[in-house]
Amino acid sequence: MTANPLVLTQDVISAEIDQARRAYAEELKEGAEPRPHPARGYRPYRSSVARHPRQPLVVVGDPDAVELSGPVFGVTDITDLDSDLTRQHLGEPLGERMQVTGRVADRDGRPVRGQLVEIWQANSAGRYAHQRDQHPAPLDPHFTGVGRCLTDDQGRYTFTTIKPGPYPWRNHLNAWRPAHIHFSLFGTAFTQRLVTQMYFPGDPLFEYDPILQSVTDEAARSRLVATYDHSLSSPEWALGYRWDIVLDGPAATWIEEGR
Amino acid sequence: MTFLPTPSQTVGPFYGYALPFTGGGNIAPAGEPGTITVHGQVFDGAGAPVPDALLEFWQPAPDGSRTGAPGSLRRDAVTGAVVGRTGVEFTGFGRVATDADGRYVLRTLPPGGVPYISVCVFARGLLHHLFTRAYLPHLTDPATEPLLRSLPEHRRATLLAVREREGVHRFDVRLQDDGVHEETVFLAFE
Ligand SMILES: [Fe+2]
Repeated sequence: MTANPLVLTQDVISAEIDQARRAYAEELKEGAEPRPHPARGYRPYRSSVARHPRQPLVVVGDPDAVELSGPVFGVTDITDLDSDLTRQHLGEPLGERMQVTGRVADRDGRPVRGQLVEIWQANSAGRYAHQRDQHPAPLDPHFTGVGRCLTDDQGRYTFTTIKPGPYPWRNHLNAWRPAHIHFSLFGTAFTQRLVTQMYFPGDPLFEYDPILQSVTDEAARSRLVATYDHSLSSPEWALGYRWDIVLDGPAATWIEEGR
Repeated sequence: MTFLPTPSQTVGPFYGYALPFTGGGNIAPAGEPGTITVHGQVFDGAGAPVPDALLEFWQPAPDGSRTGAPGSLRRDAVTGAVVGRTGVEFTGFGRVATDADGRYVLRTLPPGGVPYISVCVFARGLLHHLFTRAYLPHLTDPATEPLLRSLPEHRRATLLAVREREGVHRFDVRLQDDGVHEETVFLAFE
């Protein structure tokens, strides 16, 4: 059997992932600072190729920048049902019921209080309710896969949901995303804005996934994986996962007092 | 600085039920005199419109206040549906998904104290969001704005919205130079 050079295989992608990881290790060896975030351009994730800037970011050091403050949300922006993704329809969704909880803090460890957390995910079969998701896995009439809540006084969030399934995508032949929940977070400053994905411990798909592997720093990558916490599991009800989140980026110091 | 940050990951293509909301681009109260429209398209490095980008906007109120106000996603407690901002308080926050042609429209009031609206861009293919600014030409003196002054002319131009007519401004976002058009200036904060 000869390989078809027009087909982008997992082997090709895995070799590129490996190459990027080795290049990063070299950088560290030469004294570079660890990089907690993915590079904006990361070739193994093919969608990034034509969509990332090639020019360096322009650093704004202005202490009066508007981005050092940020939007706020409140009780009118959510409803009670929003944090329970298993109760948004007439019946219960299929899947492993789970609760995911954690604490949102800034880089100084201060809790981010009263801020909006938004999540979205595939159903237990790995299918999004989204019209453009063409994966031939069943839709679940009892699951939209969308949740939101406000963090409490300690910066904690909690969602009740079902464990999402892994799903195929078209980055390359036989590409599968590890199971994940998408998270959107606001800090006290617009600079701290974060959209990310939470993964589940021990997923065998990690090493094949260019999106997770775009975080070339191993320690940083591990911070995207939730911890199974038996003390959070509820008897006869749900499994418990913990995932703490730390928001990057500066904030205006004047804003801390009021929040 | 002892806590290590959670890495960014792409917003992906399937955020549609979760993030955009009805009226997300209408920061200005309906019918408010002085409302301005900022609109444009998002393009990729091939010059093609990006149909699955999500733009967020953040700005001071017209009086210069930067505290914002809750209620951008205000919901009906019975149905859970978004019912829109009250129009009494200025939330300062907007969110718009681009349409099939990569277009967005924002209706807002001019920011107080600064000549720009802060823009955050998310999209499938972007592993980390991008910040930029839409400078409103009628409020901007490029000679006195430190950020604009620091940029060469052709780069600076990407941050300046273009006046189309009274109260209507065009601001395109180019994620990458397409060989004809300059890539938008994107920002980092320290
Ligand atoms: Fe996903």
